[in-house]
Amino acid sequence: MSDFETVAASENQAARRGPSGEPGTPNQVATQKPRSLAGDAWRDLRRNPIFWVSLALVLIVALMAVAPGLFTANDPKDCMLSRQNAGPSGGAIFGYGFQGCDTFSRAVYGTQASLLVGALSAVITGVIALTVGMLAGYFGGWVDAVLSRAIDIVLGIPLLLAAIVLLKRVGTDSANVRLGAVVLVLAILGWTTAARVVRSSVITAKEQDYVAAARMLGAGHGRIMLRHILPNALAPAIVVLTIALGSFIAAEATLSFLGIGLSQETISWGQDIDTGRIHMRESATPLLVPSTFLALTVLAFIMLGDAIRDAFDPKLR
Amino acid sequence: MTDAVIQPTPASATPEGGHLLEIRDLHVEFRTHEGVAKVINGVSYHLNAGETLAVLGESGSGKSVTAQAIMGILDTPPAHIRSGQILYQGRDLLTQSEEQRRQVRGKEIAMIFQDALSALNPVFPVGWQIAETLRTREGMSRADARRRAIELMDLVKIPAAERRIGDYPHQFSGGMRQRVMIAMALALNPKVLIADEPTTALDVTVQAQIMDLLADLRRDLGMAMILITHDLGVVAGVADRIAVMYAGRIVEHADVRSLYRAPAHPYTKGLLESIPRLDVRGQELATIKGLPPNLMRIPSGCPFHPRCPYVQQVCVDEVPHDLVLGDGRTSACHFAQEVRDDSAR
Amino acid sequence: MFRYILRRLLQMVLAFFGTTLIVYALMFAGQGDPIQALAGERPVTAAQRAYLTEKYHLDATGVGGFFYRYFDYVRSLLQGDLGQSLTGRQIGDILQQAWPVTVKLALIALAVAVIFGVTAGVIAGIRRAGIFDNSTLVLTLLVLGIPTIVLAPLAQYFLGVKWQLFPPTAGAEPDFYALLLPGIVLGSLSLATALRLTRTSVAENLRADYVRTARSKGLLKRRIVSVHVLRNSLIPVVTFLGVELGNLMSGAIITEGVFNIPGVGFNLFRGIRTEDGPLVVGIVSVLVVVYLVSNLLVDVLYAVLDPRIRYE
Repeated sequence: MSDFETVAASENQAARRGPSGEPGTPNQVATQKPRSLAGDAWRDLRRNPIFWVSLALVLIVALMAVAPGLFTANDPKDCMLSRQNAGPSGGAIFGYGFQGCDTFSRAVYGTQASLLVGALSAVITGVIALTVGMLAGYFGGWVDAVLSRAIDIVLGIPLLLAAIVLLKRVGTDSANVRLGAVVLVLAILGWTTAARVVRSSVITAKEQDYVAAARMLGAGHGRIMLRHILPNALAPAIVVLTIALGSFIAAEATLSFLGIGLSQETISWGQDIDTGRIHMRESATPLLVPSTFLALTVLAFIMLGDAIRDAFDPKLR
Repeated sequence: MTDAVIQPTPASATPEGGHLLEIRDLHVEFRTHEGVAKVINGVSYHLNAGETLAVLGESGSGKSVTAQAIMGILDTPPAHIRSGQILYQGRDLLTQSEEQRRQVRGKEIAMIFQDALSALNPVFPVGWQIAETLRTREGMSRADARRRAIELMDLVKIPAAERRIGDYPHQFSGGMRQRVMIAMALALNPKVLIADEPTTALDVTVQAQIMDLLADLRRDLGMAMILITHDLGVVAGVADRIAVMYAGRIVEHADVRSLYRAPAHPYTKGLLESIPRLDVRGQELATIKGLPPNLMRIPSGCPFHPRCPYVQQVCVDEVPHDLVLGDGRTSACHFAQEVRDDSAR
Repeated sequence: MFRYILRRLLQMVLAFFGTTLIVYALMFAGQGDPIQALAGERPVTAAQRAYLTEKYHLDATGVGGFFYRYFDYVRSLLQGDLGQSLTGRQIGDILQQAWPVTVKLALIALAVAVIFGVTAGVIAGIRRAGIFDNSTLVLTLLVLGIPTIVLAPLAQYFLGVKWQLFPPTAGAEPDFYALLLPGIVLGSLSLATALRLTRTSVAENLRADYVRTARSKGLLKRRIVSVHVLRNSLIPVVTFLGVELGNLMSGAIITEGVFNIPGVGFNLFRGIRTEDGPLVVGIVSVLVVVYLVSNLLVDVLYAVLDPRIRYE
């Protein structure tokens, strides 16, 4: 008889039942060994060409921001009106723009400001979102009510209009001040989506047994939040922030395009696109080159985040 | 495509001596990316006109899938019917075209589901949903269909039917919603009603009311009914015969009285022993140890053997065939006689 | 239903005061010289200074003065008096001319999103994981990832200047044809979002229990999809499109700027470029109100579409 009991026991382990088991879905049961979600996600990601392409783009762009000299030998600020709209020559593979600057070199050097704004905004956004989402999700009750309402309100503000209003207040044209202002404005307006994501994953994590166990063992709120809940909220937050980074870069370019973003001193794609657009009839390359750089960079981040999220959330494939 | 109703010719109905509905050796599997789950493994049962058959089993035993196969509403993929026959009035539904099968649905065989809230469309009034069947299938006018819908709601004893016909599903209580489902299923006077766990989602008091209603309707309208349930208590007063399913097989098949008196399969016996009885004091409730099998790796031999108190080596090695025990009883157990004799004691 | 609308209306009034207060405070509070703040870098003439001082009650001081000026601003806003731009024109007049163009453009964009986005979304949702589905997913991702400041100039350059399929700029009195390309550009983002939303919604609803019920009633597949599934799937889509119409009207700054369309966004674009403070404040205030009202309308629409909300 004991033989059969061991058989039964092993069967029990394998027989993890599906969520409902009924109807339509039979026991869809885990196979030989339980696979982790992360393992599944990685297996899916590895086979996704979009993931690899976007990852490669992100790495190239990052390298370009850190060491633009590797990509072009020309000084982006070496502009001579005598070369206005001149064709390719001497390393300027895409020729020169309206101001007589090396189009390609400017696009390469423009990476720096874009990525800096995007990354800084994403980091600040992440800090705000993690704090707000954690507090709202962990404590619930009136804390959650107040913070969720705040999220609703900020989410209801039209981003571009608010950014226009806020940035109009920045009087100076100092490069660093304007960059900081753009970062702050984007972070202030852009943290809500990530905060919602964090909040819901915190609520899920809070219900887990090990959190209850930690609480019973006398762990304080701070310790539970940092050690037990934060790790769960981090992965979805990073996915959202990767996508947000892309949107922040697009938003910065848009603001600079409008002339209320980065300083005139800073080389930025948004401003170059605006200049190129105005003079597109004379020469299109000064428009096309920064446009391509901007679009590819934004796309790379959005596709990267999208691919990772799809891998982790295979609900609808 | 037209909505023209192809009436089954009465002459060809139920061949002499045949069953109204008969399932023969049905095999269904679910093909998922994790593997193939054998959900139905040779199920056979039949239903005669005007009788009630209870199909009993735990969730995952395949009882709902069988019903959906009869209705032709299995989601394919992942479900694939590998073999078998589903004979309705002597004709095999599985060989019919989709259009022919559509004509059978609702008109000949109707079905109600476990969770009436999600089974009803949330954005249409209940009256509209009942009338929809009449308008699209019978070509009734809006006004006629509405009148008939009110009649049907009266029939299933929804109070103030005329006033509530414009209400939405979420405005009804659970029991009332299930009544709406029943009214909808009865719209075309089906000959067979499949009730898939009709009371599982309801409160105990409401459960009894719905079961009484179903029993009354079945008798008054002269339908046959397949009652799918995991709850032996629900079955006793309503069913004529019981088919017990386990791991996609019928393990025992008997009329209600003999099955209750002396179950001939260890699984049925276990189920019966796990019902609390009011007439026995201080009893210790038995449970069936272990869990239902993983359908991707059904145990060898008798699929119940890992959980069976009667298990012997033969159970691991050989799949038991249906043992005929007389009175139309069968039991798929190598030791059916012993189990029955044990139970009868 | 009535209580629901009333509650939303109250919320909107609160949001209106909250948002206008923020806009106002940000524009005016704590500036050394509020008039110079409005004018930006431009020199301010004595006449303009006198006008602005009177218009915004800049002689009153302190917190009381601030709120006095704020309520004054709200009152004129509600009365439709938006004051003068630095060029001396009435902002109300400017907007009156600009609105019809902006509304036309927004409607074209919305039509593009509905006709192509929703249709393709339904098809993709029904044939999930098929070739059509996968290619629309990639395409919409591209559209979602390309900023308008890239899309608009490129469309203008290739379709307008180079291949001359469309007029590259709209001019003073744009006709439908002149607005078509900007409308498509403006609508492409909504199109992509609407497509993805419809697809997800349809795919989810196709798996809903009520679909199984509809099948067991013996309904035609066509009817199940076009009546049962679609009616449920379109609730979030219609809601999105409603919000989007508000966005399109207030968010056409780039598109109108690039294509030279004399709409509201174009005037805002110009206001920012010429540092015309009063014009920017006036237009932003109006756009915020439009945005809030359109959100309210969407909430009402949502309640009409979804009985579960209606009888909350």
